[in-house]
Amino acid sequence: MNADTSLSLAALSGGAGAAASPPIAPPIILAGVEKRFGPTGQIRAVDGVHLEVPAGALFGLIGHNGAGKSTLFKMMLGLVTPSAGSITVLGRPVNGPDFRQVRRSIGYLPENVVLYDNLTGLETLRFFADLKGVTHAGCPAALERVGLAHAAGRRVREYSKGMRQRLGFAQALLGDPRLLFLDEPTTGLDPEAIRDFYRIVAELRGDGVTVVLTSHILAEIQERVDCLAILESGRIKAQGTVQQLRDGLDLPVTLALRLAEGHGPLLRAVLAGLPVTLPEDDGTGGGVLSLACPRDAKLAVVAALMGLGDRLLDLQVQEPSLEDVFFGTRG
Amino acid sequence: MAMLDLHPIAVIAGKEFWDRIRNRWVLAVALVFTVFALSIAYFGTAQQGSVGFRSIDLTIASLVSLVIYLIPLIALMLGFDAIVGEKERGSLDLLLTLPVTRVEVILGKYLGLAGALTFSSVAGFGLVGLILSPQLNVAALIHYAGFMGSAILLGMAFLSLAVMVSVLALDRTRASGLAIALWFFFVLIFDLLILGILVVSGGQFGGDAFPYLLLLNPADVFRVLNVFSLDEVRTLYGLATVFPPALSHPALLCAVMAAWIAAPLGVAMWRFKP
Repeated sequence: MNADTSLSLAALSGGAGAAASPPIAPPIILAGVEKRFGPTGQIRAVDGVHLEVPAGALFGLIGHNGAGKSTLFKMMLGLVTPSAGSITVLGRPVNGPDFRQVRRSIGYLPENVVLYDNLTGLETLRFFADLKGVTHAGCPAALERVGLAHAAGRRVREYSKGMRQRLGFAQALLGDPRLLFLDEPTTGLDPEAIRDFYRIVAELRGDGVTVVLTSHILAEIQERVDCLAILESGRIKAQGTVQQLRDGLDLPVTLALRLAEGHGPLLRAVLAGLPVTLPEDDGTGGGVLSLACPRDAKLAVVAALMGLGDRLLDLQVQEPSLEDVFFGTRG
Repeated sequence: MAMLDLHPIAVIAGKEFWDRIRNRWVLAVALVFTVFALSIAYFGTAQQGSVGFRSIDLTIASLVSLVIYLIPLIALMLGFDAIVGEKERGSLDLLLTLPVTRVEVILGKYLGLAGALTFSSVAGFGLVGLILSPQLNVAALIHYAGFMGSAILLGMAFLSLAVMVSVLALDRTRASGLAIALWFFFVLIFDLLILGILVVSGGQFGGDAFPYLLLLNPADVFRVLNVFSLDEVRTLYGLATVFPPALSHPALLCAVMAAWIAAPLGVAMWRFKP
């Protein structure tokens, strides 16, 4: 899957659909962006970030709380002014003279979205549609799309957290944005709603919409993003596709195997000379064993294990997860 | 950025206005104005041993004394939350990512809230005017309309101060504290302070400047606006001797009131930055 994503990413960058069109410029470009807080600017929330989000990509921004994700997001949206560096969104400098026009093409779902309790779901969308300068015609459809058609006439006050999150998402979709910013979008959603959410995101990507999202649920993001950036202490520690990050870090591959009882010594024998980390319990008693080996030794180790013949009952090769990449990078 | 777009201003103003209609804020305030104004008109002279409507001049004079406390308080309570409330609840960020500038957000909020307060004032005092109208001649009606107009201006000036507070304050608690402090200062302390200086210096300091100092307080501008249109009251207060005729032009006083509306809003727009 990951090999595919880098290909599709290249294809997406080359233009969504129109074969002869020139490559689309990255919709978001950050160059040397810094944000310092405090009286003397001693607190660096964001520290020299260079980033390009390819057109049509589903881009993940990952980092622990306080890593600078939200500040970075707010700078891209013009809510926070950078201390240094430049940010270009859809070809325009953020908060520059023409940025109002750019805002019409942006959808934003804040983390823990707060809407107006006294309005109904439909009234909420009408208010945002008015401000975006689009007709009310799309509002019922947006509610339908996020599965809230049944609650259109109810006050937001009566909505559950998940429903508010869906309504916030519907609001972001109004006016067919070309660029979506989704901050921790699945917080408070149940698994079914999360699936619905990513189905809509996939549809949007199919329409050529660029989506930037943050999430702390790495396993959830890993299978879905085209590329990602890992942020720590205000700096980008790594960026690229999931596969590129794995390759770049050269994280060990894990081999989970099950051995017939009493063949621990034989296992040691076939693996002799190979760069494999063996556990203390060498499988003499049967059961599942986990071996770690460098990526480039993977095939040699598998070949050696084949030498065990029918004494090897089962073998699974486990690629490092994004979780490993994340913590690998952190370490 | 620099261009002002009227559409989002109207959308935000409309939402603020209808919010106040729907949560019955407008109705409640209009009722308060009606009840107070009627009580003053009919029972204001009860201390003198008689009950019933006496004169429009005395009624307006009593209403001015009441409104000068009430409207600034209502306006400050209405507006202190406008920006800081949305900031604290977390809905402001989303609003500001839409094709709306910060200046438009402030203007929209202000106009919507000013509309709600004006609607309440017109409905509340207007109803009382309607009830009193059979007993009033045209001149008295004009006086009463003048009182209503000045009360609306007073509300708008303090609402402007409230929106400024809402931009400057870091959180809602501080904003409400600041709003109450402004009320105390302009409604209770300011006049005492000026009188104190006047008395302590034996009239040597600030004597000539006294009328001009009153222009530094929108509540006093409101009082002067009303008192000077009423012959009966002017002699009652003996103010005619103190006030230079140049300052008693209603047009000039209205211009000062307009400045009191514009200046705090201007500060709010200037300070409301990312």
